[in-house]
Amino acid sequence: MTVKTEAALRPRPALPAGHIAFWGGAALLCLALVAGFRVLDNEYAWFAGYFILQYVLLATAWNILGGYAGYVNFGAAGFLAVGAYTTVALRKAFGLDLLPCIAAAACIGGLLGLGTGWLALRLKGVYFAIATLSLAVLLHTIVVNWSFVGGSRGAYVLRPASIPPFVSYGEYLFVVMLVLAVIGVGIARGIEGSRLGMGLAALRDDERAAEAAGVPTLRLKLVATTLSGALMAVAGAPLSHYTGYLNPEAAFGLAFSVNAIAMPLIGGAGTWFGPVIGAVLLASLQQAATVTISSAANLMIVGVVLVIFAAAAPRGIVGLIRGGRHR
Amino acid sequence: MSGEILLRAEGVGKRFGGFVALNGIDLEVRAGERLGLIGPNGSGKSTFVNCLGGSFPAHEGRFIFDGKPMAGLAPHRRGHLGLARTFQLPRPFNSLSVLENVTVPLLFGPARETSPAEARARAMACLEQVELAGRAAQHPRELTQVDLRRLEIARAIALRPRLLVADEAMAGLSHTEVAQMLELLFRLNAAGTTIIMIEHVMRAVREFSQRLVVFVAGNKIADGDPNEVLAMQDVEEAYLGR
Ligand SMILES: Nc1ncnc2c1ncn2[C@@H]1O[C@H](COP(=O)(O)OP(=O)(O)OP(=O)(O)O)[C@@H](O)[C@H]1O
Ligand SMILES: [Mg+2]
Repeated sequence: MTVKTEAALRPRPALPAGHIAFWGGAALLCLALVAGFRVLDNEYAWFAGYFILQYVLLATAWNILGGYAGYVNFGAAGFLAVGAYTTVALRKAFGLDLLPCIAAAACIGGLLGLGTGWLALRLKGVYFAIATLSLAVLLHTIVVNWSFVGGSRGAYVLRPASIPPFVSYGEYLFVVMLVLAVIGVGIARGIEGSRLGMGLAALRDDERAAEAAGVPTLRLKLVATTLSGALMAVAGAPLSHYTGYLNPEAAFGLAFSVNAIAMPLIGGAGTWFGPVIGAVLLASLQQAATVTISSAANLMIVGVVLVIFAAAAPRGIVGLIRGGRHR
Repeated sequence: MSGEILLRAEGVGKRFGGFVALNGIDLEVRAGERLGLIGPNGSGKSTFVNCLGGSFPAHEGRFIFDGKPMAGLAPHRRGHLGLARTFQLPRPFNSLSVLENVTVPLLFGPARETSPAEARARAMACLEQVELAGRAAQHPRELTQVDLRRLEIARAIALRPRLLVADEAMAGLSHTEVAQMLELLFRLNAAGTTIIMIEHVMRAVREFSQRLVVFVAGNKIADGDPNEVLAMQDVEEAYLGR
């Protein structure tokens, strides 16, 4: 047996040592980030950090369906908004804290993902993409007409000044989103090395060949839409606490849908690391542009970067690093 | 050739729009048999396989496999029940390595290998059977046509099928490669796999088949001993296009 085949026989990711390295590394990174930001002692750092992390989670969630299974969801903003409005509604109705609202958002986002999957997964390619876009428009219309959560005027959220171990509420939100993002990325990474990940890759490459090979394609796609929907809603759940005010225009913003697609593509779809780099890069650029120019430039920046990558590195940054591997 | 009936097709018909691709096909295949299926281009051979595998539904008639009606069963369920097919144009999973391609049916197939490591070891064994082990770490895009056909077979036999339908596994292969492929199919058959070979390479069909079925324009026009079938006037005409 040649060296090459031995390498192929070795289980690819998901070694116990790899898991320890990932979770250990993630924990260290989190601690370093929080420590570093505390030293900076600047409220804006928490604010900008949250902005980037929410996109890390959103892009990772999108990638579970779009990158792993190859089904493009154009309605990421719809799912994110469902998470955001779950929090607004539950807070208003029952006065719930943020954390239980996040859990509820995961459930509702997951159910919505499952429903969309069930309805739309018989559609392929661009038809699926259009169905998801229509779903976002439909949800938008519902929220605009739902006066309990403020309708088109929006709703204010009174957030506590701070929560004990944390210096400020901004820090608290940052840490919450940091933990959520790490969990999301961990889930995506777990899928990649698993039976599920292998089945999704097979159906993404060739759905007919996959089903002939015994892959229960419909079931796997439903798992992917559910997980993806749940995590996208989670990414949006703290949004109202972050901005202090939520209206449909903000929650259903086009930027969310566009970024959710652009970030994995630029970083490298189909790998867990791709959406992370893509999100950090693009969100930082947009945050910088918002401060220096205006947020109106954000979508243009995304467009320009996307065009550059489509031409120069179609498999994203991860693809560039790995060199001319196959896809 | 005396086994029980493994597959029975009863009046299977398939239309594409107004075009009749299959017209009331009746066919029985016995367990352990080596059946050749021939016919001119467009005579409905692949369509028959697609209906059998569940890629699309037949308009009329039904398949009974191993005593169970197949109607309404999703393709992957049919695979789990022991029905494997190759695709006439190879359809590899391009983002996966050759080894991973064969791991997929092992992870999701009837046996559901307990660990990825076990699945990989078995996949390697399948690759060895088709003499593709040396390319395990490569990607399908790096393979030649011959090796892509081998990969199709390896992926199909990883399901440990009772019935293997090989749709033109030998098209475009050289003389020696055809001989290798034939040897492999004989070996699989000797190990108990029933095989339907769809083929245009007559030499291979003649050597392999215990029984020969001929489709012409969606109709079964002959079914019997290969030498007798090949001597029939209708079959000759169908092939010479008269
Ligand atoms: N999905 C489809 N839609 C429309 N027509 C189809 C479809 N699949 C097959 N056909 C038509 O059905 C007929 C039978 O095709 P089929 O592929 O079964 O032939 P075949 O016997 O396998 O031929 P070959 O030897 O060339 O592989 C052809 O005329 C083909 O054009
Ligand atoms: Mg054919």
